[in-house]
Amino acid sequence: MSYSVKVLDHYENPRNVGSFGKEEEGVATGMVGAPACGDVMKLQIKVGKGGVIEDAKFKTYGCGSAIASSSLVTEWVKGKTIDQALDIKNTQIADELALPPVKIHCSILAEDAIKAAVADYRKKHAESV
Amino acid sequence: MLKLPIYLDYSATTPVDPRVAEKMIPYLFEKFGNPASRSHSFGWEAEAAVEEAREEVAKLVNADPKEIVWTSGATESNNLALKGAAQFYSGKGKHVVTVKTEHKAILDTCRELERQGFEVTYLDVRDNGLLDLEVFKAVLRPDTILASVMFVNNEIGVIQPIAEIGEICRARGVIFHVDAAQATGKVVIDLEALKVDVMSFSAHKTYGPKGIGALYVRRKPRVRLTAQLHGGGHERGFRSGTLPTHQIVGMGEAFRLARLEMGAESERIRMLRDRLLKGLSDIDEVYVNGDLEQRVPHNLNISFAYVEGESLLMAIKDLAVSSGSACTSASLEPSYVLRALGREDELAHSSIRFTLGRFTTEEEIDYAIRLLHEKIGRLRELSPLWEMVQEGVDLSTVQWAAH
Ligand SMILES: Cc1ncc(COP(=O)(O)O)c(C=O)c1O
Ligand code: FES
Repeated sequence: MSYSVKVLDHYENPRNVGSFGKEEEGVATGMVGAPACGDVMKLQIKVGKGGVIEDAKFKTYGCGSAIASSSLVTEWVKGKTIDQALDIKNTQIADELALPPVKIHCSILAEDAIKAAVADYRKKHAESV
Repeated sequence: MLKLPIYLDYSATTPVDPRVAEKMIPYLFEKFGNPASRSHSFGWEAEAAVEEAREEVAKLVNADPKEIVWTSGATESNNLALKGAAQFYSGKGKHVVTVKTEHKAILDTCRELERQGFEVTYLDVRDNGLLDLEVFKAVLRPDTILASVMFVNNEIGVIQPIAEIGEICRARGVIFHVDAAQATGKVVIDLEALKVDVMSFSAHKTYGPKGIGALYVRRKPRVRLTAQLHGGGHERGFRSGTLPTHQIVGMGEAFRLARLEMGAESERIRMLRDRLLKGLSDIDEVYVNGDLEQRVPHNLNISFAYVEGESLLMAIKDLAVSSGSACTSASLEPSYVLRALGREDELAHSSIRFTLGRFTTEEEIDYAIRLLHEKIGRLRELSPLWEMVQEGVDLSTVQWAAH
């Protein structure tokens, strides 16, 4: 399997690796995938005033394309509102990283991770929204 | 100076030993004759070379040269052995027994036998990869005609109890085939002692060229096979086709060298393998797949828990190794061999096969150890599973959002 320059770059220098403290204000977590499938992605967003994502972090167990997709997504969601973040589509991720067809599902997983993180945020803030 | 990438995939194929290559070359031009040509010296010269090579192959496994049939490799040998024996003995019964951890060249051939109307039993192995003799005995039936068990497993290197299985088969009148593609030059094979009826060999796993192999077909007691390739009646009708003299000469020389050098070579490789294992054993949560005792020294198959195999391969691209896995959703499946050992999916997804060989050096092993320490650490920093385990979460209790 040969990888695109962008996948290699994100893989070698992943952006925003890590985790927020569980009790930090405005933090929501999306965890998708399963160890049995060979991929688990954890995306955390930190949402500030007006529903704007101020920061994001990820950890991924999976192939290089999955790592690159999640790394890219952390960059893309920052500065967006949660509604704007939901507009990020897997096809944009796949295009940006030039993923081959067998790796498209890695980008789908990244899109799912955004949705899961936003859903977690809405659940936690259901009362206040 | 260390040359990168470092080849640690000797079970996929080996380089042709330079001594072997040298011996092959004259048979491409000066001595190009067809060994089947009976009317001139070009043919006689080629035939003599073919017969000398046949003797060398026979000698490595203590067989009679008349029991060796040339093929294009172990895949063809396995096809000829299984289809040939099943078809020839189909009047006696229709039941065939094999094992789930066999190479695809056996498993796919068995699927074809099922399409031809045979019934195949695929046996499980114990969690160390070895076949349980009682389980084997228990599935044999009066209509069982053929059993096929590999000598050395290509993924995990375990050595099946071939001598014991042979005794059982002989007592029950079952033809016993052994795929020995990964065994030559690694374990002693004595076909006078072993009650094996048919055995497959390949040259390119033992420092010979690709595209040549052999099938041992026992003469006493005589084993019959239905030919699968028809034509000029070469190889006493077992396998038609003009013999590739240069390839055969290469296989003969490779097997001769294996016979002479395997004792010392195995000891050297065992030392290197132990060095690799020791060097990796201070990494947390590494697991050796397959029995460590009943195993060739050339193989180390390890799971690095909570690190996914494909990303690990990417991280250690200075090492030419193979991984049993990549995420299932990308149509690449975790190794069926590791699954047959009952390995949890996480571990099956995290396995790397290191196979060492004739040209592996201590310096290369030390480089590999350093690289793995560094990269495993980095990938675990990236792994949400590792984080959860560090926090004390039992992963088997988590509800995963599988997709
Ligand atoms: C156990 C086993 N059997 C059969 C084969 C196929 O051998 P060949 O490449 O000679 O067809 C291999 C090699 O991949 C093997 O490891
Ligand atoms: S996560 Fe499955 S192949 Fe990328």
